[in-house]
Amino acid sequence: MARIVAFLTRTRAGKGRMDWTDWVTYGYLLFGIVLMFGPVAWLLLSSFKTGAELERFPPRLLPVAQDTLVVESYDEPLPLFKMIAGDQEGRTLAQIRRVGLIAQMVDPAEPETRLKVNVADREPIERIAFAWNNYTDLFERLNFPLYLWNSTAITLTATAIMLVINSMAAFALSKYKFRGKLTVLALVIGTLMVPGTVLLVPTFLLVSQFGMVNTLWGVIIPGAATPTGVFLLRQYMITIPDEILDAARMDSASEWKIFWRIIIPLSAPAIAVLAILAIMWRWNDFLWPLIVLSENDKFTLQLALNSFQGEFLTDWEKLLPATVLTLLPVAIVFMFLQKYIATGIASTGGK
Amino acid sequence: MLKLLNPIMRLVEIPFLLVQKRLGIGMTAWLFLAPNLALFSLFTFLPIILNFSYATTGGEAILLRDRPDVGFQNFGNLLECENVLDPSSCRNDLFWRAVWNTVWFVVFQVGIMVIAALATAIVLNRKIRARGLFRGVFFFPVLLSPVVVALIWKWILQRNGLLNAGLESLGFETINWLIERHWAFFWSTFISIWAHMGFYTLILLAGLQAIPQDVYEAALMDRASPWRCFRRITLPLLSPTLLVVLVLALIKGVQTFDEIYAFTGGGPGSATTLIMQFIYETGFGVQPRLLGVAAAAAIMLAMVLIFLTALQFWINRKKVDG
Amino acid sequence: MANIELRNVVKRFGALEVIKGVDLRIEHGEFCVFVGPSGCGKSTLLRMISGLEDITGGEVLIDGKPVNNVSAAERGLSMVFQSYALYPHMSVRQNLSFGLENVRTPKDVIETKVRDVATMLQIDQLLERRPKELSGGQRQRVAIGRAVVREPLGFLFDEPLSNLDAELRVEMRGEISSLHRRLGNSMIYVTHDQVEAMTMADKIAVLRAGLVEQYGRPLELYNRPANLFVAGFIGSPKMNFLEGRISADAQTEIVLDSGERLNVPAGKFSGGPDQRVTIGIRPTDLDLSEDGIRLDVGGVEQLGGESHIFGTTADGRKLTLHAQGQTPVAIGEEIRISVPSDRMHLFDTQSGKTLLSA
Repeated sequence: MARIVAFLTRTRAGKGRMDWTDWVTYGYLLFGIVLMFGPVAWLLLSSFKTGAELERFPPRLLPVAQDTLVVESYDEPLPLFKMIAGDQEGRTLAQIRRVGLIAQMVDPAEPETRLKVNVADREPIERIAFAWNNYTDLFERLNFPLYLWNSTAITLTATAIMLVINSMAAFALSKYKFRGKLTVLALVIGTLMVPGTVLLVPTFLLVSQFGMVNTLWGVIIPGAATPTGVFLLRQYMITIPDEILDAARMDSASEWKIFWRIIIPLSAPAIAVLAILAIMWRWNDFLWPLIVLSENDKFTLQLALNSFQGEFLTDWEKLLPATVLTLLPVAIVFMFLQKYIATGIASTGGK
Repeated sequence: MLKLLNPIMRLVEIPFLLVQKRLGIGMTAWLFLAPNLALFSLFTFLPIILNFSYATTGGEAILLRDRPDVGFQNFGNLLECENVLDPSSCRNDLFWRAVWNTVWFVVFQVGIMVIAALATAIVLNRKIRARGLFRGVFFFPVLLSPVVVALIWKWILQRNGLLNAGLESLGFETINWLIERHWAFFWSTFISIWAHMGFYTLILLAGLQAIPQDVYEAALMDRASPWRCFRRITLPLLSPTLLVVLVLALIKGVQTFDEIYAFTGGGPGSATTLIMQFIYETGFGVQPRLLGVAAAAAIMLAMVLIFLTALQFWINRKKVDG
Repeated sequence: MANIELRNVVKRFGALEVIKGVDLRIEHGEFCVFVGPSGCGKSTLLRMISGLEDITGGEVLIDGKPVNNVSAAERGLSMVFQSYALYPHMSVRQNLSFGLENVRTPKDVIETKVRDVATMLQIDQLLERRPKELSGGQRQRVAIGRAVVREPLGFLFDEPLSNLDAELRVEMRGEISSLHRRLGNSMIYVTHDQVEAMTMADKIAVLRAGLVEQYGRPLELYNRPANLFVAGFIGSPKMNFLEGRISADAQTEIVLDSGERLNVPAGKFSGGPDQRVTIGIRPTDLDLSEDGIRLDVGGVEQLGGESHIFGTTADGRKLTLHAQGQTPVAIGEEIRISVPSDRMHLFDTQSGKTLLSA
């Protein structure tokens, strides 16, 4: 107990030698890396494995593929084996077909002679190989590009709409004095209390009344007026000095121009944070699209991924690369904008 | 790039100029509010009211005028129970299973997650190399979509997966993790913690960093042991943040849906069906679509959430005042 | 060029009356300073003239035309703000040209005007910089430049020098004065610093609690303050005040609370017997003498060229005396001072109004 306790607390700063609490600290961090990144890395490695390799138990760490060779008079490339016992020991043979425990093999050097060998006498010749075709297949044979497009369209449109209307509202609520302002603020705070998840049924009614069921707009519009976004931006805009606005008014700028030319550029940091958050929310959104979008050709990536996993049989060969592609944009954004995201999420308290 | 928007901006400016000239600058505020407020009213305020209409009507129709009024029957049916602790004695046993699943889920998920987040935040707050990197490592899963989280772990936990391979190489029996109810529940809780812990770590880390360093230095001069430093300085000074984190985690925990739905689909049986999934499936997932029952359940959930949110506001206020 | 007139101007925020009926007339080309303690409403009054603040009652006229319902953008005035209020995301050039663009000035005209103003204010080397890359003085120049470039009818300054250090403040004071001489526009300048008011103004309006206490030329205010407040506010060092009453027997004699007596020339003041009065006398106007008011010296500051003596009268009032040259007076001594009757100010204690007969 005492050990855990000691490592939970700080130590003196600036000492040269690592003491045991430092070892525990770095041990914890190492464990953290394995636990947090390990599964993602495993997904990534697995996504490059061939179907046969995915079925293999126990699995191997790296994606491995059997060497193949095009042999004269056979259309398909044939898998290569090294003979480790029996008559042909030491030779490299290509397999034509396998029947039970006996395999028909051929020596690539003399394609005319067929050899029959015991499958126990041979070992596949393998090398590390990334099955890129798992990925290309997604684009060539599946609807993946369509899902990608749906997700991208929803994410970008919804983010753009949200940024514009939220920043307009935030401007009104931060820089104007008008009758009814407190009421509006109270209403907005009130909606912070009621999460959208409990309004599914009536919101669905409205969306269907507007004929937006099974359209991308049905996903985009209802969530565009987030109270979170209004608040985040308002808190930032309040810090812009009123005198700058007054100066612009003296400079004959219209209120809209003040918003567009002064407030928006000056709120850029907050807007950037909100933009990143909004992109994340929309890209990862699941429940609402699940309710609104019922037809396959309108599915977002998240819905498609979920539908790829069958009730009994899951086609991991497609699912794994599709999962990787779905998390890729998030991972890229994360790598470049980690700091922004961290502060943004900490300041809004998520959504 | 922005130049392209200029003609649009000129166009948008016109109504603002008109309002500004005719009605004064104060009224332009309403114009700025209008789009957001319109969507708000339509998709938030109106649904809040409509939710009650749905909850008190029955049938499968979507349009309210086609729905017969049933009063509080939806609520009554959901709550009708001989013994609430035993879902099979209830009229709607799935509801009560979902309720109890959610209760246990939230207890474990929030409890373990907050402790783990606290430990992680304390580790990250030490003088370590590459703190930014490590902070990122723990935070990264927060950004993953729930479906991706579910699939990542499903792939590890599947019958021929990495975990079973590890067990076998150590000489243990392999386990069908998501088919056995207790294991399915365990892993559901686990992935939920895995996915969200980083967020709370971040908040707690900010809280820790707000504790002035000189307090620790003073304690060191007083020869306080590390344990005492933690008990008597870190915990009390961090407790407001800790409370906020706790309530926030509760609010979100109660609403958990996506990752568990994609992970287990609520199964095996109803072992991992949470309350949000019950609402979704009752209203949208399976036939017949009992929108009234779903709305009634949603209202009951909302009451719990509003209570928790009010608690959070209250704590926040106290934090500010204190 | 414009004259600006305020007629019984009132401003209320809810139930709170901030400006309580102000009448002023600023002739064109005049440099008018609003001065007063913080919270007196001087900035609010300026903002009402600018159009940034609504006018609750009364009228503001520019060149004889009421502008109550004319927006700030269209009143043809420009303003220099206390915090400069430069657009942080724009370069100096963009800061200067923003207003001109808003009124659709042709590009080449903007270019010329910006260049001319920048040269005049010696900021032509800074045109491509952002405000945060400028020093306080440079920002001040840009803020003034932004006001000048639009060639307004009049300028409004809202405590523009309060963010500068003392040395720079003196320098900018001179520059604004010379700018006024060069442009010849009407200017209204708000400050709480009476030194700025005295040095720059053609006319000063002393404000207190939403009312104009006195409006006039700087020396007029100094020499003939209309009331106790103006007397105490204008002039540095601050005026000394003594309490007393007009003698019942002789109109030309005042009995101080200490029992000492002062003679005043007949006819200079109006006031009845036994009236409570406050006598004001500037520290520089007091003389050391053989007889006169007794003062217990509590502190002496020898500055070489002049000496400041701080003392207490017999009835416990603090009094300051500034004497030319060096003084032999030391702490703890008891001295006598005389009050020259021609430099004396007399106020009715109750109303604070001056008793100086016109």
